[in-house]
Amino acid sequence: MRVALFATCLGDSLFPEAVKATAILLTRLGQEVVFPPGQTCCGQMHVNTGYQADALPLVRNYAADFADESIDAVVAPSGSCVGSVRHQHGTVAEHHGTPALRERAGRAGGKTYELAEFLVDVLGVTDVGAYFPHRVTYHPTCHSLRMLRVGDKPLRLLRQVRALDLVTLPEAEQCCGFGGTFALKNSETSTAMLADKMRNITATDAEFCCAGDSSCLMHIGGGLSRLRTGVGTVHLAQILASTEQHVLAEPEVIV
Amino acid sequence: MVNARDVVLGRVREALAAAPPRPVEIPRDYRRERGLSDQRRLDMVVDRLTEYGAGVYRCRAEETATTVAAALSDARRIVVPPGLDRSWLAEFSGSVEVDSGEFSVRALDEVDGVLTSSAVTCAETGTVFLDASSDQGRRALTLVPDLHVCVVELSSVVAGIPEAVAELEPTRPITMISGPSATSDIELDRVEGVHGPRTLRVVVRVDR
Amino acid sequence: MSRAFLGLPGPPPRAPRDTGYLRGQRPFPSAAHAALEDSQQRRNLGKATGTIRDKRARMVEEVPDWERLRSAGAAIKADALARLPELLERFESAVTERGGVVHWARDAVEANEIVTRLVADRGADEVLKVKSMATQEIGLNEHLAAEGISAVETDLAELIVQLGGDRPSHILVPAIHRNRAEIRDIFLREMPGVDPDLDDDPRSLAEQARKYLRAKFMDARVAVSGANFGIADTGTLSVVESEGNGRMCLTMPETLVTVMGIEKLVPSFADLEVFLQLLPRSSTGERMNPYTSMWTGVTAGDGPREFHLVLLDNGRSATLADGVGREALRCIRCSACLNVCPVYERTGGKAYGSTYPGPIGAVLTPQLAGMHETRDDPNASLPYASSLCGACYDVCPVKIDIPSLLVELRHQHVERSRYTAEAAMMRAASLAMSSATRFTKAQRASRLGRVLGGSDGRITALPPPFAAWTSARDLPVPPRETFREWWESEQGRAAMARARREAERGEW
Repeated sequence: MRVALFATCLGDSLFPEAVKATAILLTRLGQEVVFPPGQTCCGQMHVNTGYQADALPLVRNYAADFADESIDAVVAPSGSCVGSVRHQHGTVAEHHGTPALRERAGRAGGKTYELAEFLVDVLGVTDVGAYFPHRVTYHPTCHSLRMLRVGDKPLRLLRQVRALDLVTLPEAEQCCGFGGTFALKNSETSTAMLADKMRNITATDAEFCCAGDSSCLMHIGGGLSRLRTGVGTVHLAQILASTEQHVLAEPEVIV
Repeated sequence: MVNARDVVLGRVREALAAAPPRPVEIPRDYRRERGLSDQRRLDMVVDRLTEYGAGVYRCRAEETATTVAAALSDARRIVVPPGLDRSWLAEFSGSVEVDSGEFSVRALDEVDGVLTSSAVTCAETGTVFLDASSDQGRRALTLVPDLHVCVVELSSVVAGIPEAVAELEPTRPITMISGPSATSDIELDRVEGVHGPRTLRVVVRVDR
Repeated sequence: MSRAFLGLPGPPPRAPRDTGYLRGQRPFPSAAHAALEDSQQRRNLGKATGTIRDKRARMVEEVPDWERLRSAGAAIKADALARLPELLERFESAVTERGGVVHWARDAVEANEIVTRLVADRGADEVLKVKSMATQEIGLNEHLAAEGISAVETDLAELIVQLGGDRPSHILVPAIHRNRAEIRDIFLREMPGVDPDLDDDPRSLAEQARKYLRAKFMDARVAVSGANFGIADTGTLSVVESEGNGRMCLTMPETLVTVMGIEKLVPSFADLEVFLQLLPRSSTGERMNPYTSMWTGVTAGDGPREFHLVLLDNGRSATLADGVGREALRCIRCSACLNVCPVYERTGGKAYGSTYPGPIGAVLTPQLAGMHETRDDPNASLPYASSLCGACYDVCPVKIDIPSLLVELRHQHVERSRYTAEAAMMRAASLAMSSATRFTKAQRASRLGRVLGGSDGRITALPPPFAAWTSARDLPVPPRETFREWWESEQGRAAMARARREAERGEW
């Protein structure tokens, strides 16, 4: 398949290791990976903060980059951005755009997948040949869980990773408190949620907390770092791309 | 002067005109009729009633009087609705008064218990429906006394809520009872026995 | 069709500002600040919401057609809202035919006046109350008190709140923020005739409430209730409860006054077959609540001799006028969304400043009472009081897409308050990210942020508004190289070529 990589603005700018891992993993699994260079951002921050009209150019940009028929599927290492593409782009196009944009946005959104979804549902693999000799706990991010319904797909992938000690996160399905601008506008409540998430993570004695969204990991990792817990964060893609030959090169986390 | 009725109805009409809603199709593919056997309905209703703290007595029709007497064993003076089958009380040794609406609320508060029949019962939730028929009485009758013994015919036990609702005459005063009165208002711990009868006993007659 | 064409002065009005409880004193973040520091309340809420979440999950699990019931419930309410004028008229005539008297109230002020007049005309100076969100919303108790009539709450949790001079913090369990020891103290301090040796066993506390209220039930002349459902076809009303205080109030007094929001209508009696399954399991996590009462007008020889029904607008028609936001009017007040909300669990209900707290409150309150232009209107902060985690939508028995409604209300708020610093920042970000050329320039500029980091690559302090982030979290410095730079780099090409070779050899 010809798979277009959607790096997401956060992945491209701040967390490139997760995107590199996604590109390498998909290629290793036999996919032709392309990176449409016009891509920028899904516009989720704008929509979720109330700036629907300002999201329009971003929705248009996404459709222009990914609706093309030469692309079989779009894959992003982010449940949240994929959620926005699939569930919000149509609304923005309908309220602020043209019928033609709505149609294009629908076409682009219809073939956009979160990484774990793509691996399990489209490629039909759970064992991607990964090796990761660490104790890891998995946090299901809210949008992958509730908007995309990825269910246990990430866990099925993780269970096949050799040498990985997967430990269950208590109260896993509770939000970490990120919520985009929520973390700024209601930073104290967000911190209270983060505190409980960190308590549950540290209780597992894991070395790493893993998730499918760099944004939530930035939040969780920021807290774990501030408290010098010694627990790192790592994107699911980085674990899945890690092999005995190429053990996760440089965890982009600050420990 | 425009009255409030016309204003409110006018606003609602305008609100809908401002953004006309699409016509709605109601999907009715949920379970509406479950053909459960007598045994299944019996087992289920007994299980649910017990779980919510009601006493349950099973009997055959000819055992009604002895079973009712057992369910009323700690009551000396009871009240019954006017249309109740008096043969059910043949074995009851206490005194029985018939309410024809003249009992004051305070007088009802003085009796030990009340015995009634029931309209329909939902097995899945253990809910007894009273509809104020003459064998069930006015609502105060089953509310004020602290003990309510209620006779339920297995033939009137239906599997689910849709089947039960279908049996009701909407304009009668209806009371649905699932176990004794309870509250979860303190730390969400369920505590039984607040304002309604603190003891509910259900006599299930498995035949007629 | 324009509003001017329809001959109306403007959209339907919101609930009045000065009457009732649909607006707090301060914006959510500031109210939450105090709540987050209340250790006792944090613990009480954590325990209570955890308990109810588990109970609900177990009860929903055992219903194989739960999702079909949710879809039916959502559709029935949507249908009722779509046909509301016709159904209201049908309902009114059915109630009237059965001996009830129907009153209409444009808003809280009018509803309070109607109820007060009904009570005063009957010479009563005390009314018994069944827990009712509508009467709380309009501030009925306070209005009655000002007219010399005392309203006695008979639901245990409402009684706890009333005796404690407190405000409710939950739709179903208004005293959820109190634990048994606090409740015992309130009873000892405030309840006339209390047993001085009262202990804090919930059983003893419930027993004490029973004793206190029993005499009042016996002598009740007028009771005021709300309603969970009104049936348009038959004029039937219903109250869903647990303790029996509802049955007492609906049965014992000579006069019953019910205040019902106009959105509580469902078309037919048979529709109850859906809601009587959805509500108890969602609400208390029970297969069925102990008692549900249904009545239609008055019945000779059984219950009140007089029945008055007050149909309340108070911002509901204004909510209905919004094609998106009207979905919130489907709400059946089960409170499942509160119990699963991570924000509610930590801040409690009082931080929302409204009769309706939690996720549903955050979408209902600003619609009923409006978000005023002033930047610091507490109601304008409510749509932001959510991380959009979506747990509320998952449990909603009538499928209200609360996260989408929150986002829509944020949008409406932003539209009305342009020219803020935030708007300028968002506009700039949109511009920067609408083309890859501008985006890469911005990426390069942000790399300057590397200087903010310490030697360990952590950023620990940022200027406002990002200071709110670094108050509790570090941020990694921007990497040396963005993904797209790597992709175009020698190193990136080599890595991808290696991955292609691994694929060909099946090495992975």
